[in-house]
This record gives sequence, C-alpha cells and structure tokens, in this order.
Amino acid sequence: MSEAATLEAVTIDSEGDFSYPEAYAHDAGVGLNEDTLDYISNVKGEADWIREFRKKALKTFESKPNPTHWASKDLENIKFENIRYYLSKGQKPTRSWDEVPDDVKQTFERLGIPEKERKYLAGVEAQFDSEAAYSNVKVELEKEGVIFVNSTEGLREHPELFRKWFGKVIPTGDNKYSALNSAVFSGGSFIYVPPGVKVKHPLQAYFRINAENFGQFERTLIIVDEGAEVTYMEGCTAPKFETATLHSAVVELVAMADAKIQYITVQNWSNNVFNLVTKRAIAHENAEVRWIDCNIGSRLTMKYPGVVMKGRKARGEVISIALANDGQHQDTGAKMVHAADETTSNVVSKSISVGEGRSTYRGLVHIPKHLKGCKNNTECDALLINSNSRTDTYPAISVRGNQHATQHEASVSQVSEDQIFYMQQRGLSEAAAMSLSVNGFVNDLVREFPMEYSVELKRLIDLEMEGSVG
Amino acid sequence: MSDTLEIKDLKATVDGHEILKGLSLTVPKGEVHAIMGPNGSGKSTLAKVMAGHEDYEVTGGSVLMDGEELFDMDVDERSRAGFFLAFQYPLEIPGVSNANFLRAARQARLPEGEEIDAVAFYKEMYARMDELGMDRKFTGRSVNEGFSGGEKKRNEILQMVMLDPKYAVLDETDSGLDIDALKVVAHGVNAMRSPERGFLVITHYQRLLDYIVPDVVHVLFDGRIVKTGGKDLALKLEAEGYDWVKDEVLANA
Repeated sequence: MSEAATLEAVTIDSEGDFSYPEAYAHDAGVGLNEDTLDYISNVKGEADWIREFRKKALKTFESKPNPTHWASKDLENIKFENIRYYLSKGQKPTRSWDEVPDDVKQTFERLGIPEKERKYLAGVEAQFDSEAAYSNVKVELEKEGVIFVNSTEGLREHPELFRKWFGKVIPTGDNKYSALNSAVFSGGSFIYVPPGVKVKHPLQAYFRINAENFGQFERTLIIVDEGAEVTYMEGCTAPKFETATLHSAVVELVAMADAKIQYITVQNWSNNVFNLVTKRAIAHENAEVRWIDCNIGSRLTMKYPGVVMKGRKARGEVISIALANDGQHQDTGAKMVHAADETTSNVVSKSISVGEGRSTYRGLVHIPKHLKGCKNNTECDALLINSNSRTDTYPAISVRGNQHATQHEASVSQVSEDQIFYMQQRGLSEAAAMSLSVNGFVNDLVREFPMEYSVELKRLIDLEMEGSVG
Repeated sequence: MSDTLEIKDLKATVDGHEILKGLSLTVPKGEVHAIMGPNGSGKSTLAKVMAGHEDYEVTGGSVLMDGEELFDMDVDERSRAGFFLAFQYPLEIPGVSNANFLRAARQARLPEGEEIDAVAFYKEMYARMDELGMDRKFTGRSVNEGFSGGEKKRNEILQMVMLDPKYAVLDETDSGLDIDALKVVAHGVNAMRSPERGFLVITHYQRLLDYIVPDVVHVLFDGRIVKTGGKDLALKLEAEGYDWVKDEVLANA
C-alpha cells in the first residue's frame, strides 16, 4: 500500500494534468553547451558521426537569432539556460507494459494508451520525457519488414536505411529550433515500411512530458518505400507547471514513388508549453503525403507542416485545426513546394480563437515558372468566440508560369455573446454552446479523420470549452 | 403561486436607463396572454430580462415560474426548467445543423450519463416538421443560416414544440411574416395550447391575435402594464391606436 501511495499523482484537475515524482537515472542538468551533448551521446552510446552532427547543430543554433522579426516576441521568453535537455530513467523501451516502470505505466494507462493499442493500433511507442518507455509493433508487420523503433535504435541498428535521409528533408539550419532539435534530439519514431507493404492499422506514438523545466526534443523519420502505405498518429500532453516547458520536435517524412503517408497529430499541451515543431515531407513520383494536424492548448505553437513534391504527379495535403484559448497563441499553417510537373496540393486550415486566444495562419505555396500543370487549393477559415479574440492570415502564394491552377479562399466568422445566449435559452450550458459551435465549425474536416480520432478531438474540444468558462 | 408565471413589480435597466418600472402580471397555465404596446414601451426588454440576457440589469421585483424564482437560475437552467423564448430576431449558428442543435438541446435535458434515443428523436422531429409544413432538408441546414424571415420564425416554433416548455414567451413573432407564414406559425402555437402550458404573446399589431386568440390582453406603456382586458381590447387598440391609452395614463398621473 505504501508503494502505491508514493506513486500517487501530484495534481489532478483535467485529464492530462498530473505528474509523478521525479526520479531519473540520467539527467543532463540545466542549461546547454557541448558537455550537454556529450552527456546525451555517452548515455546513448552514439557513433562519432552523430556526435559531430549534434555539435555542428549546436553552433548553428547559437548563431541563429530568434525569428522575432516575423514571429511572436514571446519566443524571447524561452530561457534556454534554465531548461533541462535530457532526462531518462535509464530504461530500455520494453515490448510489454508489465515491464514498464509503475509510474510511467500508470501515466500511460491514465491517458488510455494500452487500451487504444488493444482496440485499433498496429504498433505503439510511448515516450516519457526524453526516452521511449514502451515500443511494440505487431509481429505480422515485423515479419513483413516494418521497422518501428526510437531514434537512438534506428540510427544504431539500421544506419543503412535511415542515415541517407536523416537531416536531409529538414536540414539542421532550416530554422533555430530545427537546429536545437538536431543538437539535443532524443526519442521519437524511426519507421521504415518496405516496398508494397500496406500497413492497415495506424502506428501510434505518444509523447508525454512529466518533469518541470524540461525540454522534449523528439526526432521522427518515416520512410515509406515504393508503393507502400502507412498511417502514423501522435498524441502529446504535459501537466500544468508554473514554469514554461519547451517541446521542439523535428519530423521528416519520405514517401518514395507511389507511396502514401498519412500523419495525424492530436496534441493537447497545457498552456505553459512552447511548442515549436518543424515538419516536412518529400513526396516522390505519384506519392501522396497528408498531414492532419490538430493543435489544442500550448502557450505558443509554431508549426507549418510542409510537403516538397519532388516527383511528377506527387500530391501534398495539410488539414489543420487550431484552437487558441485565453493566453494561447496558435501560429500554424502549411508549406507546399511544387518541384515537379502535375503536382497537386491542398491546404484546409480552420482556426478557433476563444476569449483572448490568438490564431495566426501562415501559408506558403510555391510553384516555379518552369513547371507545368500544377494545382493548389488553399482554404483558411477562422472562427472567433467572444470579442477579444484575434486572428491573422498571412498567405504567401508565389505561382509563376501560366499553366497552373490555384485558388485561395479565406473567411472569418464569429460566435457572438448573443449566439451563445440563444443556445443557452434552448437549454445548453455555456460550455456546451461553445463546444457545439466549435464542433460545427470543424465538422466537415473532422469527418475526414479516422473515427477514433474524431471522437478524441470532439472530447478535447468539450474539455477545453469547459475550462474556458469561468 | 403554483401553476402560474407571475411577474411581480419588475424593474430593469439597460445602460443605466430604467426601462421596466414596476411591471406586474400573471399568466396562469392554460391561458394565452398578449402584451401590446407602442414602440419603446419595454416589450422586448421584458422578454430578454425574463430569459436572462446579460445586457439587462434587474433592479427590482421577481418572476416566479410555478413558484420558482427565475432570477435564481442561469439562462440555460431557466430553459431546462420549462421557460421558452421565441426570439424576435433568431440567431444564426453557422456549421451547426438544425438537427444537431435540437438534439443537443434535448440531450441537455437528460440526466448526466444518459444518451438520447436518436431513432425516436428523429422520428418525433420529422413528425413535428410535417405538422409545420417544413421540408426535411431543413434538418441538415445550419441553424437559421440563410433562412428567410418566415423560415426563421417557423424554426422557432419547431424548437418550441420539441422542447415542450411550461411557459412560452413569443417576442414579436409576427414581425417580418407574410400572411401565409403567419397562419402556419399561429397554427403551430394553437396546436400547443393546453391546460399544462401558458403563453405570453408580445406583439405590436393586433393582426397576430386574429389567429392566436388571447384570453387576456395587457397594454404595456412606459415600463408598466397600464390596462388589462379581454380580446376586444386588442381590437380597440388596432382601430384607435395607442394615443387614448397614453392620454389616460397622463390624466391619471
């Protein structure tokens, strides 16, 4: 009984808002310098080329200013010297939940991960702070050659597969935060799907921050070989600490000819998290990459998933939903780079600003002059709930040449106090009225999601709206 | 008193201006009362104050619904307790279908954890829509979005029928309606008249009362009820206007 008592979570008020006492075998300490990188490399037993990669990245990170000339000044409030860059319990990811340490296991059980795995997932990786605690993929998939491991294992055990593309889709110097990730990355998913293998059920990763003042820097690389298909889903949560927490991931996708990748994110960060993520895909000939990105919570999210369509007839799509509540800023969008003939891209973005929450859409579409027959469709819609909300749209569409088709639509609509009053007069609570409006607004997009995730998203919206009513 | 909607000495202000200055009237279940009055007399204010709109401040008096104080309840609690307001200007809710809206409103009336019976709900909604001559396509359209004036008011009546209130206040439901739409709406209200329900019909014109015949007519002037009578009072107001009422009030002042 006493053991159970020590494992009791510290705080409980909303779903993801709890944490367990910290007890780490490996702790790189506070602050960032070359020693931090050596510490991480030593713990992981990394090859020399990775050590070099990290050190070069640190120099790039230090040389790049925060992009506050176009992005939020709030970035200046990230105190890199106060962050802990690596924390782990020294665990190796196990294939059985029974072998996962109790507090970590209880965390994921409370978040419902093992149950979802039993119901509808083909593989699961569960990351607790810096390292995966659990990683498993169905035996049938393993037999077909599907690899689903964390970044450390991927680079150590399968360099012939992963090294070729690692840091190539998103170079270290892409931006300050991709450089930071390249210096201190840990965890994340490395996935390889061999030619022709169609993974029927989704693979899922779950990223959990447990410690205060911690930075989580997972690194994901998914390579789907010719004619193969995969759906990957990630979920993220963190407890509500007093101080800011940093989450800065790099996600690289490679879809070889005729391959299909669907990458789904439903994140529900607490509103002390700076969430600065770089996500990009390369789509080869006739390949299709689809990002479905749902951003709920966080203090500041900056994320613009992109697709570089390198092969003829490649297709890229970004479907995103962002919900900014009081004290939150969702700065999201998409990048579509057409680099071959007859490539097609589609961007549908919906943002919701509640109270003083702020939403920004930034979209880049690039179609150069020498190409033929490219198409882009961009739609961005904003919903404002209550009067103080703010929404901005910055589309950057550069289309050269006259053999392309592009269209861009944008709209802003509002849920006023009178609309909420009207719904309340019919018996809905204020929170239910707001949820209904938000769900109505995103409804046509959510229909595109796998069932389990549309249910999850609806539930998260309900929770967020309940929290926003005083 | 039980089985009445009792408004007692109600006073309310908006932006510091007193609009209701001690309004009293009682609607027993089973009766239809009409409130008529010139522009600016406080008719719509009364409706919004009873529903709980936050722009209005109640500075005195009470409204008891079957003995329970409305002002002790939140807007949505009043609704679930059986108070319905048909809006003069129904709001549009983009993206939320009529069916989902009604369903959410009905779901809100069930105990925590209980799920609405969707099949029974749709069956009932379709039957009610048929009675109101509403096209089935209505259910998939966003609430009131792009609706004509007549469609919006018909939709208010559909919501009223589906929510089955104890007391319904109709705020200028006749405004913006042509005669055919007016008949449909009146028919819907008349079909709901019952010993278990009271109506308060707010209107500027007598025309609506040709179709929804009231048991009692009140005249509202300058924030108070200044005259109460039978349905003939409405006819007199229609024929002679409100000036004679104003004169009487001023003479008595």
